Amino acid sequence: MVSLTYIAAALATLPLIFILVHLVRAGAASINPAFFMQMPKPVGESGGGMANAIVGTLILISIAATVGLPIGIGAGLYLAEHKGKRLANTVRFLSDVLNGLPSIVMGIFAWQFLVRPAGHFSALAGGIALGVMMIPLVTRTTEEMIRIVPNSLREAALALGYQRWRTSLSIILRTALPGIVTGALVAVARVAGETAPLLFTAFGNQFWSAAIQRPIAALPLQIFTYAISPYDAWHSQAWAGALVLIGIVLVISIAARLATRSRFGSAVD
Amino acid sequence: MSTDASPPLVPGQAAPPTESGDLSRSIASSGAGDRVYTGLTTFFALCIPLLLAFLALEIGRAAWPAFSRFGLGFITSSEWNVPAGRFGAAPAIFGTIVSSVIALVLATPLAIGVAIFLSEFAPPWLQQPVAFLVDLLAAIPSVVYGLWGIFVLIPLLRDPVIPFLRDTLHLGATPFFAGPAYGPSMLAAGVILAIMSLPYISAVSREVLRAVPRSQREAALALGATRWEMIWDAVLPNARSGIIGGVILGLGRALGETMAVTMVIGNRAEISASLLAPGYTMASLIANEFSEATSDLHLSALMAVGGVLFLITIVVNGIARWLVWTVERGAAG
Repeated sequence: MVSLTYIAAALATLPLIFILVHLVRAGAASINPAFFMQMPKPVGESGGGMANAIVGTLILISIAATVGLPIGIGAGLYLAEHKGKRLANTVRFLSDVLNGLPSIVMGIFAWQFLVRPAGHFSALAGGIALGVMMIPLVTRTTEEMIRIVPNSLREAALALGYQRWRTSLSIILRTALPGIVTGALVAVARVAGETAPLLFTAFGNQFWSAAIQRPIAALPLQIFTYAISPYDAWHSQAWAGALVLIGIVLVISIAARLATRSRFGSAVD
Repeated sequence: MSTDASPPLVPGQAAPPTESGDLSRSIASSGAGDRVYTGLTTFFALCIPLLLAFLALEIGRAAWPAFSRFGLGFITSSEWNVPAGRFGAAPAIFGTIVSSVIALVLATPLAIGVAIFLSEFAPPWLQQPVAFLVDLLAAIPSVVYGLWGIFVLIPLLRDPVIPFLRDTLHLGATPFFAGPAYGPSMLAAGVILAIMSLPYISAVSREVLRAVPRSQREAALALGATRWEMIWDAVLPNARSGIIGGVILGLGRALGETMAVTMVIGNRAEISASLLAPGYTMASLIANEFSEATSDLHLSALMAVGGVLFLITIVVNGIARWLVWTVERGAAG
C-alpha cells in the first residue's frame, strides 16, 4: 500500500516533465532571433516570428497591471486592517468567488460591457478583462503579506506619532512590499498565459498594432490560432511560441516562489 | 520628536503647553489623511462585490432573450441547431459534467496519493522538489496544455492506449468505448482536465493532512497500527471533509476550463455514451461559437450558457471553500 503512494507521486510528477521536455524539443528548433523580431509570414513562406504577439502580450499585461494592482493592493490593505468585520469577510469570500470564475465568463462579460458598446475589439478591453482576473490573486497575497508584518511595528510607529494612514503606507506597506511585489508578479504571469478572456476582446491581429483601441495580437491567442490550423509551419511556430510563453510564466513564478520562501520560511501558498 | 519631562496631569487641569503639543494633537485627531485612506481602501475593496454584481447583471441581461424564448427547455433540450435558431444546452452541460467526472476519477487517487506521500513518507530532502513540481502544473497556461493535447496526447491515446482499453481489456463491448476513435474525444478532454486539476486537489489535501494533529498519528501507532493502518484509520478520516473540499475545488477548476478542452474535445454538440466520441462543454461551446455568432438569438443563447456556467461554478466553489474552511476551523479548535 505504501508503495502505491510512491507510485502516485511518480505518476503525478511525470506529466509536467513529459510536457516540458516535449515543449523544449518541439519548440527549440524554431526559436531564433527572427522569432522575436519578425512578423508572422503568410502560409507557404518559411520563417517569420511572433513579434507582434509578444509586444501585444506585454501591452496587455501592462494594462492589466494598471487595473488590477491598485484595486488588488487597496482591497488587500482593507482586508488586512479590518479583519473580522462582516464587510471584510464578505469581500474576502466574494474575492474567492471571483477567483474561481471561468475565464471565458470573464471574456463574455468584458465583451458585453466593453466591446459591444464600443463597436470594435480593442486591446483596452482585453487588458481590463485580464486586470479584473488579477484582482483576487493580488488581494490575497497582499492581505497575507501585510498580516505577516508584526503588529509591534505598527504600534511603535503610532507611538512615535505617525498618523494611521502614514503608518499603513510608509511603514507596513513598505515592509511587506517585497512579498506584495512577488505576488503581483505571479499574478501577472498567470494572466499573461490566459487566452479565453482575449478571444473576443483583444481578438488578435495579424498585423503590427500597438494601439490600445484596436485589436491586438497576443502570444496565447497566436498559439491557439496556429495550433488549430492545418499547416505544419504554423504548428512549429506554435510550439516555439508556447516555449516562449511558458518560459516567461515559469521564470516569473519560480523566481517569485523562491524569493518569498527564503524570506519567510514556511511556504506561502 | 523629542520627549521632555512635562508635569503630571491632574484630572480637570488643562495640559500645559509643551513642545510635544503637536505630537499629541496628531495622535489624537484622526485627520483628513486617515479618512481619505480609509475611504480609498474601502472603495477598492468594494470594487470586488461591485464587479461581481455588475458581471451577473450584464450576463443576465444579455441572456434574458434566450431564457424567455426557450424557458427551462433551454437546459433540457439537446438540440443545438444554429441555422434553425433552436438552442438547447443539454449536450454542453452533459459534456461539462462528464469530462469533469472523468478528470476527478483520474486525478483524485493520484492527488491524494501524492499528498499522503508528501505528508507521511517522503524524506525531507524530497518533499520540497516533489511538491514544487506538482504545484508547477498549475502554472502552465491552458493553451499550452491544449497544444500538447493535440499533438502528443491524442496520438498517444489513439495508438497505444485506446486499442489497449478497447481490445485487450475488452472494454469495447461496453457502450463507453463504442464507436470509432478518431482522435478528439471526451476521454482526451478528461485526461487533460485530470492533469490540470491535480495540483489543486493535491495542494488542499496536503494542507489538510498537515493540519491533522500529531497526537492522532502517535496514538494510532502506540496502539500497534502499521503505518498504512495509521493513515487509513487515524489520519484520513480526520482529513476527509477537507479532502472532499479539495476535490470539489478541483471540480470547480475543471468545470470552467476552456482552452485545453476546446482543443481536444472535438466540438460536436451531441450527447453520446461513448468516451471515444467528440463532445462539447459549456466553456468550449462559448469559445468556439461566440466570435462567429451573427444572430442576436445565437448570441443570447451563448450568454445564457455562460450564465449557467457562472452559476454552477459559484455553487461548486462555494461548497469547496466552505468544506475546507470547516476543516481548518475544526483542526484549530
